[in-house]
Order: sequence, then structure tokens, then C-alpha cells
Amino acid sequence: MPYTDATLRLVAPDGQLVHTDRNEIYHQAIAHLTEAELLEFYRVMAVVRRFDVEAGNLQRQGQMALWVPSIGQEAAQVGSGFATRPQDNIFPAYREHSVAYLKGLDLLDIIRMLRGITNGGWDPKTSQNFHLYTLVIGSHTLHATGYAMGIGFDGTCGSGDLDADEAVLVYFGDGATSQGDTNEAMIFAQSYQTPQVFFLQNNHWAISVPVRVQSRTPLFERAAGFGLPSIQIDGNDVLMSYAATRLSMDAARSGQGPHFIEALTYRIGAHTTSDDPTKYRDEDELAFWQAHDPIDRYRSYLQGLGVQESFFEQVATEAEDYAADIRQRTLALESPPMAEIFQHVFTDPHPVIEAEHEALEAYMASFEEAGE
Amino acid sequence: MTDFPLAKAITEGLKAAMSQDPSVMLMGEDIAQLGGVFRVTEGLQEEFGPNRVIDTPLAESGIVGTAIGLAMRGYRPVCEIQFDGFLYPAFDQIVTQLAKLTARHEGTQSFPVVIRIPYGGHIGAVEHHQESPEAYFAHTAGLRVVSPATPHDAYWLIQDAIASNDPVIYLEPKSRYWHKGPIDTTAAGAQMGQARVVRQGSDLTLIGHGAMVSVMHQAAEIAQSEGVSLELIDLRSLSPIDYDTILDSVRRTGRAIVAQEAPGNASVGSEIAATLTERAFYVMEAPVLRVSGFNTPFPPARLESLYLPDADRILDAVDRSLAY
Repeated sequence: MPYTDATLRLVAPDGQLVHTDRNEIYHQAIAHLTEAELLEFYRVMAVVRRFDVEAGNLQRQGQMALWVPSIGQEAAQVGSGFATRPQDNIFPAYREHSVAYLKGLDLLDIIRMLRGITNGGWDPKTSQNFHLYTLVIGSHTLHATGYAMGIGFDGTCGSGDLDADEAVLVYFGDGATSQGDTNEAMIFAQSYQTPQVFFLQNNHWAISVPVRVQSRTPLFERAAGFGLPSIQIDGNDVLMSYAATRLSMDAARSGQGPHFIEALTYRIGAHTTSDDPTKYRDEDELAFWQAHDPIDRYRSYLQGLGVQESFFEQVATEAEDYAADIRQRTLALESPPMAEIFQHVFTDPHPVIEAEHEALEAYMASFEEAGE
Repeated sequence: MTDFPLAKAITEGLKAAMSQDPSVMLMGEDIAQLGGVFRVTEGLQEEFGPNRVIDTPLAESGIVGTAIGLAMRGYRPVCEIQFDGFLYPAFDQIVTQLAKLTARHEGTQSFPVVIRIPYGGHIGAVEHHQESPEAYFAHTAGLRVVSPATPHDAYWLIQDAIASNDPVIYLEPKSRYWHKGPIDTTAAGAQMGQARVVRQGSDLTLIGHGAMVSVMHQAAEIAQSEGVSLELIDLRSLSPIDYDTILDSVRRTGRAIVAQEAPGNASVGSEIAATLTERAFYVMEAPVLRVSGFNTPFPPARLESLYLPDADRILDAVDRSLAY
């Protein structure tokens, strides 16, 4: 049983609301959500799961070198992503497809990266400040902290205006908590009291190594050792993820410094399409988490509110359409011209890059002259 | 024209850059109250305030990693790494992140981060305090690498580095920190990326950077007294390397020697030798020779005088070149 007495939740695995002394403030934090917003949580989770299945299939069919599935982690991501405000900056790791989607990203951009067309994929400035994926574990936590330091130096937090004060949300996994950079990020965040939330998705596995090898201490308790207010939540409860992130981000933006959330969730699939989890995980564990599926739970909750079956059918249809569109556009993707590799190595002109580009052009032209 | 030690020339350059552009900020260990272990940032926090000159926790990866985030925010951070041998905890953030992020953003975001590193020997210091790491960075796409040899160049190059929209590794020859020289604050030197002909000569071209420039100068003086005319080139920029200036010289002299404190294996000197072979083979009267540190860890300081190239070792190479 991965949950502990400390684990906060609002909706139990059976879809019923839970009320405790400790979770009352979080209930208050979701009270303002409209029915349309509650339905939107479901829609995003369901559409992105279907997308994720499609992307995995496309990889298996040779359309991508790699796919990074996020199945099982939708609630942690959708709740936290929705809790950000438009002025916030989000630094994902590389599995936050649901957050990318709800921030308006065309998920084909993620496919473009994993297909080998680009090493980046989108412009954070025109993607609601959703920054690039970072494949090196934990490195981006420092970028997030530096960005949040800049907010502090600019003085655009702590005014008390929740719709203007800025904050940063950074995602990472249980494996990243062992990285020096993640620990340094928490140290710097604490030193400069950054307006920032560290959002740990503890999906229990760093490829094949279980979280118990990363830490003998519950990870949210480790964060407390850095002086960060930290909580552990049921990451498969989308409303809890929303409430915890909303309160933590608003505290951070209001001048109360960095906060830490450990969301307990599970990676239902492989780390990436390159590994085989049957080699290191037992079936009982997987079965436990499949029975705690975040989308099933939320659907039960919505059904309890009286949401009609037609809504779920409509979302399922939309998800199929989205997946079909992604498939069609993936198959139509073309490789960029070779010249692009030289274009943005530097911002200012650079003689070596220019000379190499010219040499390559001349080499390519030599084939044309030879009529080959 | 005022005389400044090289360290204070950098201070003056930082001051000028910070006065002109409010997005320029300094970060590093012990740089605020103490002014840095070499006092390069002395007085700057007092002058520019605690948000623009910040003492960081003792974590080099953290310094560079957060500087990257600050650059995304619109700042132009200048990071101080305390000593050459202490930079490697930051190596990943420099090479894997900073150097590649401009390309990963496909032109939508620049990373104008300067990393100042005191480097090199001649100061008799303990282990990890005398190294020359320039080849790692010159090898890395996405970084510019410069090193001044004089106070005048130190003053202008730091401003060029800060004004650059690309990441710049700014290597400070710490053995030259307290040598004084004139700064002309009204006349910028050449643009960043251009080498400087320090002394004209006709028999052989000596090429080097940083603290090696003064050693090459001694060698040239001795050679002159023996009737040998050496041309001297201060590279100033190690990435990109200014081959126009080097080739122009070598086409006249027909001979070249590269002097450097760094180990010779896969070094900046190796790259120059290879390029001269590719581009000036037919004008060369002799192979390009390298005078370098040895391919050993930097030795205990009592042994550094033979490890570091001096005028005699350079002149020995000059004799070998002229004998071809």
C-alpha cells in the first residue's frame, strides 16, 4: 500500500468525496470550480490518454525512435496544470503531455521531437510559458529556480494580486530527487525565497529502479529538510492535485516562498518504449494501480454528480478524432532541410558555423553538378 | 589612458556594462561582501545593490543552472567560478544545457550568459587551482571562448562578452591579475573573435593566449638579441579562432609555434596546427610545433616551473623549427 497517513485526497478511489480535518482547506480550494471546468478536467485526461496510446502505436510502427508514455499520471498532471494562472511559467520534465495539451500545445510538436525532426519543438513564449522538455534528469529544476529568482528580482510577485503575481511550476520525478541539480534547485529556491512550486510525480519507478532505492525517507519529508513547506497527495485524485497546486502556487506567488508537492501516482506503462517493465515489476503492483486508475475514479465522481453517459461518449469520440488527426499528421511529417542544423547554434554570426555550412552546401552541390 | 591591474580592468569593464544595461547581474561564490577571492567584484554590490550582485550557495551547477533560468527571464548573468578546477560540477549545465539551448529553442530564445573563470598556473597554488580547461569549451558547439592577456583587452572583452547574445566562457589568466597596463576607455579594441598581432617579425609566428603572451614576449626579446625575428599573435578568442590573422602571418613567416599552458593532447594548439596544415601546407617551411603543459595532472606547485612553458622551452622549439 503506497499511501500513508500523510497522503491527502479529496476523492476516494471509489469516487466518493472524503472529508477530514486536514483536507478541509483543499475542499475550499475547489469550491469555485464550475461544472464546465470539472468536465474539462475529465475531457483533457481522456483525450490525452487516447493520444498517448496512439503515439505508442506510432512508435511501434516505426514512426518515432522513442515514445514516453504518461498513462496513469493524467490526474497529477491535469489537476496541477489547471491550477496555474496565465502569467505562470511551467517547466516540464518530459512526460507532461497532459499539461502541454491543456496549455494549448499541439501535441504533434512532442512527436516531432521524438521522431527526430527537432531537438526542441515549440516556443515557450507563444505556448503559454510551457517550456521545452528536458531529457537530462533534473537539469531543468535549476532553470525553473533561476527563472523564479528573476521574478523575485523583477518584483512581480508578492503584491497580493493573485491575477498578476507570477510563479513557476516545475515537474520532476522520483528518480530526479537523487540528482544533485534537483537538490541544488531546492537550496537556491530556499535561499532566494523564490515564487515556485516543486511538483514531484512519484510514479514509483526510475526506469527499473524502485523509489525505495532512491530514498528511505518519504520524499516529501526530504523536501521539508530543505525548509520547504511540503505535502504528500494522492496524485491519482485530479481534484486533490488541483487544490494542492492552487494553494501552493498562490502561496508562492504571494511571497511565501517555494513549496513542494509529492504526488503519489504510477507509471502504468514502460519508462519509454525502449524498456520492458515485466522484467522488473510484479503483476500485483500493476494490478493495484490499475484498480486505482485516475480517470476511472474521476468518472465515478462525475457520475455521482449526475453527469450523463452522453458526455463520456462525446469525449470518447473527440479522443478518437484527436488520435486519428495525430496519426494522419505524423505520417505526413517531413524531415527538415539539413541547413537548419547550422541556423541557431549561435544567435550572433559565427565564422566557423558559416564556413561549415558553406562547405556542406558546396559538397551537396557537387552531386548536382555531377548529375547524380 | 589610466593604468590598471588586469583584475581591476575586469572590474571596470563589469562596472561599465552594468551601468549601461540594467539586465546585467553578477552571481557567484563570495563575490558580494568579499568581492570575490581575487577581488574582481569588489565594491560592486555596494554600487549596484543586492539584486544585481549576489552571493550564491556553494554549488557551481546551481550557479550556472539558475543563470540559464535568469537568461530565459531576460537577464544577462555573469557567473564567477572561483577557480578553474572547481568548474566541473557546472560542466554539465554549461555543455549539456547552456551550449545547446539556443539551438533547442530554434532561435526563439538567446542565452547571453558569461562564465568568468580564473585559470592557469604560475601562482604556486594547491591542487585544482592552476588548471587550463579551455579545450573542453572550445570543443563545444554553442559556446564562445575568450581570454584576455592585457588590462586593455580584459576591460573591453568582458564588455563584448556581456553584450554577446551567446554564452561566453571568459578565461582570466590569474597570474596576470596584478600586472598593470594602460586601458584606453575611449577606444575599444578589436571585436570579440579577433586576434591581435602583438609584435611583428619575419622568421616565425608564435601563437598563444592569456598568460602565455607575456612568456612569448620574453622569448621574442631573447630571440631578437640573437638575430631571430619572431612575430607574436595573441589569440584573445579561442572559439572561434581568428584564422585570418594567423594565416596572414604564417604566409609571411612560413613557420609557426603554438604555446599554451594546457596539456597538448587534443588542445587548442592541436586544432591550430591541424588547421594550418589544411590551409597553409604549401607555405610552411616546417611543421607547426606545440609547446604545452604535459599530459599529466597539473603537478604539485613546486614542480610547475618546468611543467609550464617558459621562454627557454619556446626558444628550444624555435630552434627546432628553424632547423627544418
